[in-house]
Amino acid sequence: MDLDEGASGVVKKFMYVNRKAPYGTIYALEGLEVVLISAAFDQDVSLAFLDDGVYQLVKGQQTRGIEVKNFSPTYRALEGYDIEKLYVERESLEARGLTEGELIVPVEVMGRDEIVRRMEEQDVVIAF
Amino acid sequence: MSIEVGGKTLETDEEGYLVNLADWTEDVANVIAQAENVEMSENHWEVVNFLRDYYNEYQIAPAVRVLTKAIGKKLGPDKGNSKYLYELFPYGPAKQACKIAGLPKPTGCV
Amino acid sequence: MLHIVNKSPFEKTTLASCLAHAGPGAAVLLIEDGVYGATKGNAVEDAVRGALGRTAVYALAPDLEARGMKDRVIEGVKTVDYEGFVDLVAEHKTSQSWL
Repeated sequence: MDLDEGASGVVKKFMYVNRKAPYGTIYALEGLEVVLISAAFDQDVSLAFLDDGVYQLVKGQQTRGIEVKNFSPTYRALEGYDIEKLYVERESLEARGLTEGELIVPVEVMGRDEIVRRMEEQDVVIAF
Repeated sequence: MSIEVGGKTLETDEEGYLVNLADWTEDVANVIAQAENVEMSENHWEVVNFLRDYYNEYQIAPAVRVLTKAIGKKLGPDKGNSKYLYELFPYGPAKQACKIAGLPKPTGCV
Repeated sequence: MLHIVNKSPFEKTTLASCLAHAGPGAAVLLIEDGVYGATKGNAVEDAVRGALGRTAVYALAPDLEARGMKDRVIEGVKTVDYEGFVDLVAEHKTSQSWL
């Protein structure tokens, strides 16, 4: 069930920082689940993808061979949860030879300085 | 826990959700619905099929608010509201309809 | 000796250290997040290409596929399935998992 916004009704800025590749560890999936749950609280949510976190968004993931759930399509559900601020760090993409067109969901690609600036604006930063 | 459908035993969790999504058939849906005291009408099937399509596309069961909005978008405002959905599924569209649709309990649905 | 690496080369120094310690005739198998080290166009590609002259490098195909990386494998890196993984372990007198 949806929960009503906090009793105070104050909207805070939450940023979830995703730094891990999918599947090798549980961080990426757990982080995504926390984001989906937190969407019920009507806060100002953004997601930042940096370092290996950018690998979470790569198109064409096929997990049948390793017998775990492919959760990459779930990033496309975020829009329906009114989570539309997805920031991807350009330097992290480039270090991995990836481009914006190879990502499964529309994002804003921005330089490290801009990521830092937006991180500084937050009330709460939660890293996975 | 488990349920019996057409002579087959299907595993469920302690709340009655199917453990293996691939076990689902329309017969299975009818058996779960019966246990929930829901008589499946065309309108029920519309929601159940919508949920299954949503799951296939996004790999999650949607939260109630998200489901309501998405149904409104696809089937119109008459159906995209919680009154309509709770009339069909009195114990909650996400919880009860997801169970009948053979999906896991929605993330964020306590 | 078979060296097995399961950590992303961008997160840990495991792959670099492993490549530096892989002697003649050794083989390196990349699995799990280690398979990112088998892909091209990135900051560690040169190090892996440099090692290919001395060392056989393998990557586990199901892990590449899971991560959407199967079409990005560096030429000369061989992909193996789980059976190939077992064969590699059996072929080498010793194996070492780099943590």
